[in-house]
Amino acid sequence: MRLTYTSRILGFLLILFSFTQLIPIGVAFLYNEILEIRGFAYAFCISILSGLLLFFLSSNKKENLKTRDGFIITVFFWTVLALFGSFPFYFAHFNDFSFIDSLFESISGLTTTGATVFIGLDEMPKSILFYRQFLQWLGGMGIIVLAVAVLPLLGIGGMQLYKAETPGPLKDSKLTPRITQTAKALWYVYLSMTIACGVLYYYSGMNAFDSICHSFSTLSIGGFSTHDESFAFFNNYSTQWVAMLFMLIAGMNFALHFTAWSKTKLNRIYIGHYLADSEVKLYFLIILSIFITSALVLHLNLDQNVSKTFQEAAFQSISIATTTGFLTADYSKWPTFVPIMLLTAAFVGACAGSTGGGIKVIRALILFKQGTGEIIKLIHPNAILSIKLGNKPLSTKIAASVWGFFSLYVVVFIVIFMALLNQGNDFITSFSAVGATLNNLGPGLGNVSENYANITLISKLWLCLAMLLGRLEIFTLLVILSPSFWRK
Amino acid sequence: MEIVILGAGGVGSTLADLLAKESEENDITVIDANPSYLSSVEEHADIKTIQGHCSHPDVLVKAGIQKADIVVAVSGSDEINLVACLIAKTLSTNIRTIARIRDTSYAKKDTKGTILQIVDKIISPEQLLTDYIQRLIDTPGSLQVLDFANGQLNLVGVKAVRGGPLIGHHISDLKKHMPKVDTRIAAIFRQDQAVIPSGDTIIEAGDEVFFIAKKNDISSVINEMRKKEDAYKRIMIAGGGKVGSRLAKAIEHNHQVKVIETNKERAKYIAGNLKSTIVLHGDSSDKLLLHEENIESMDIFASLTNDDETNIMSCLLAKEMGAHKLISLINNPAYVDLVQGRGIDIAIAPSQITIGTLLAEVAGEGVETIYSLRRGAAEAIETIVKKNQDKEKCVIGKRLGDVLVPDGVTIGAIMHDNEANIAHNDTIICENDHLILFLTDKNILPEIKSIFSP
Repeated sequence: MRLTYTSRILGFLLILFSFTQLIPIGVAFLYNEILEIRGFAYAFCISILSGLLLFFLSSNKKENLKTRDGFIITVFFWTVLALFGSFPFYFAHFNDFSFIDSLFESISGLTTTGATVFIGLDEMPKSILFYRQFLQWLGGMGIIVLAVAVLPLLGIGGMQLYKAETPGPLKDSKLTPRITQTAKALWYVYLSMTIACGVLYYYSGMNAFDSICHSFSTLSIGGFSTHDESFAFFNNYSTQWVAMLFMLIAGMNFALHFTAWSKTKLNRIYIGHYLADSEVKLYFLIILSIFITSALVLHLNLDQNVSKTFQEAAFQSISIATTTGFLTADYSKWPTFVPIMLLTAAFVGACAGSTGGGIKVIRALILFKQGTGEIIKLIHPNAILSIKLGNKPLSTKIAASVWGFFSLYVVVFIVIFMALLNQGNDFITSFSAVGATLNNLGPGLGNVSENYANITLISKLWLCLAMLLGRLEIFTLLVILSPSFWRK
Repeated sequence: MEIVILGAGGVGSTLADLLAKESEENDITVIDANPSYLSSVEEHADIKTIQGHCSHPDVLVKAGIQKADIVVAVSGSDEINLVACLIAKTLSTNIRTIARIRDTSYAKKDTKGTILQIVDKIISPEQLLTDYIQRLIDTPGSLQVLDFANGQLNLVGVKAVRGGPLIGHHISDLKKHMPKVDTRIAAIFRQDQAVIPSGDTIIEAGDEVFFIAKKNDISSVINEMRKKEDAYKRIMIAGGGKVGSRLAKAIEHNHQVKVIETNKERAKYIAGNLKSTIVLHGDSSDKLLLHEENIESMDIFASLTNDDETNIMSCLLAKEMGAHKLISLINNPAYVDLVQGRGIDIAIAPSQITIGTLLAEVAGEGVETIYSLRRGAAEAIETIVKKNQDKEKCVIGKRLGDVLVPDGVTIGAIMHDNEANIAHNDTIICENDHLILFLTDKNILPEIKSIFSP
């Protein structure tokens, strides 16, 4: 193994990451939370020193990264990042968080899950709240993609890293000839949409701090909020509509946004390609159908105002189907059919190349098309079928890898589900907790419908693993764990 | 610079890789119909790939042809390359098109004008290769012969062999040995390491010496490095394909040429096209046939088939049976270093010759030619001096000795008003002069460009 040069890159990324812990210090100054500065300062010092140590201890011989190095760096970096990201919580002054809780919160943030173990968010120091939201924002587009964008030093290895981190089955589509340009483009789009979202939040009635924080967790499909009540705290429809709009946008493939961005001229807005994309069409179809179904079921079962029902159904459908996890209503109290349906939609999740989680719409589409293809084959044994996306035939290699992904997803789900049951959690809690973390959704049902504070330590660790597996799309993490990866 | 490359075969993928590494400014998109070729290129180089038919307008538009500066058509088919260039010219008014056209009949007489409207630069690999081998045959003792300054100057690579008058002497002694000959030693490779030559470098046996001189002086310089060799007379070519038959045609008027071809129909066909060449039907690895045809008295045995293994084995056999000098085409770059100097005197990688020419074309104005010496260990370039807006840095009017060049660069020769001469420190540089330079590191090429032709 060439751990020498890869560890140098790891060190460099860690140094880069350590600077993000300086920003909350600024926030702490702003809100006069002097006591909290110490925690961030400790975390910053530990991260930067470890990064420097790694950087200078390893060989500086520049080598081209192989595919396997991409996996190593991505996986190690995400685990190391989760660890170092947890320090500000652990060192926080106002409350003694246990180490496992800090780690859980940090992973939940970085993987854009949004499951929290913290209670009493409304009383928490602003700097800590800001830091949670900021972690989600960094994790959304992927901090390695950010590194590729700003570090030409990674050179050709960038593609390997990019492939290992970005979600979706079709990873070869670069937006621009150079990988750094692609990564930069993605971050520009991400950043500008975040700003747009924040501004709209502000004008819809949020205060400045909340609009910044929530724009972070909206665009990253994260779901952290600065209030215990989540989005129910903002009891005005216009704010909620802004959130819905931007969750829908962030759940689409960013390559589409980039095309829209680069082709839109002054006089003409270019959006035709959204409608031509079969994944986006299915994405909207899924969200629309679960919205209509849940609205109808809620209307028949709950005794409340129609417009409120529809608003709640729309918000929860979008928020959960995109795997964001903001809530405006306690959906665990709804008729069981609806929360389970929403959770199932979260398994399908957002589009590939978005910041969302889940299996991804495109994979579901491929699986479905292959399934129907098999039926046609039974009727016409000699038929030659090709699976098409849009008008393009899909190679059997991709279809096979999607099947492989899906079966591993199921296996991973079952294993962690069993482990949680073994920890004494009830069925609905275990089921929804694994579903909510593996799909990077956030809130579950049963004991974990509001937060994850009340489950056992071992359960939390299992869920941490589920979140990482979900964010890195299983393969990247499992590759590292397979013995053949380490054999020479 | 935005470059679109059509075809991800051997030449296309190597070119994409080199261009992407050469400069951060190059944005490269490669199109090919075969996705497995594309994925292997993309794995190694920081480029964009598009799967599709190289000449279809929608594919070209998707590749950004309207914004591209250059399109390089190196797909497997002449016709696709031509059509792709035509479409590119239609879609974009000021795009430069370069195409690989193997068949010469397109660029003949009546149609030539039309073709040249579509394709700005035609690259014919077989022609390049034939010229390359012909220069080697014309220059006995050489390993590599490259043309500069419209052919007035040659850069020649030669292996120093015990018995040559200069072996064991300082380079500066060259002047004493031959007062009338003006030459410059550009680079020496000793045990695969580049040595920057100076006046008191001692030439050792086994060195590979690259020098530049006027065409007429070449043989006398070579004779300093090794025992005198007579002009090659008898040449046997194994393989009567495009390269073999063209070479035979080019040299048959002043050499005795024999061509061995396995395919009877092909043998008949080339026999009809050639005048004095003897075309033999048979196998180049047939010991009896070689013996019958006096292999032991052949000055050169050139194996020019498409198959590397056949070329290597028949060369080794010919060597065993007493052929003098062996030339072989080797398509697989990994083999070239393996066999050169170990049994086979000169191993030629055809794709490298094509790529060198393509690179010079893509480099555009200011760079006339780029050659790689010893398969990329060093570069020889011919650059044109242009005015620099920044007066301080402008080299025009300066003496050559006063120009600051980066380490590892030697100025070999200069051409002023179509008259080429070996460079001396007191030569004054004028605008549009051609300079011939050697670089031991191709990464300094952009720097060189910025000094002489900004």
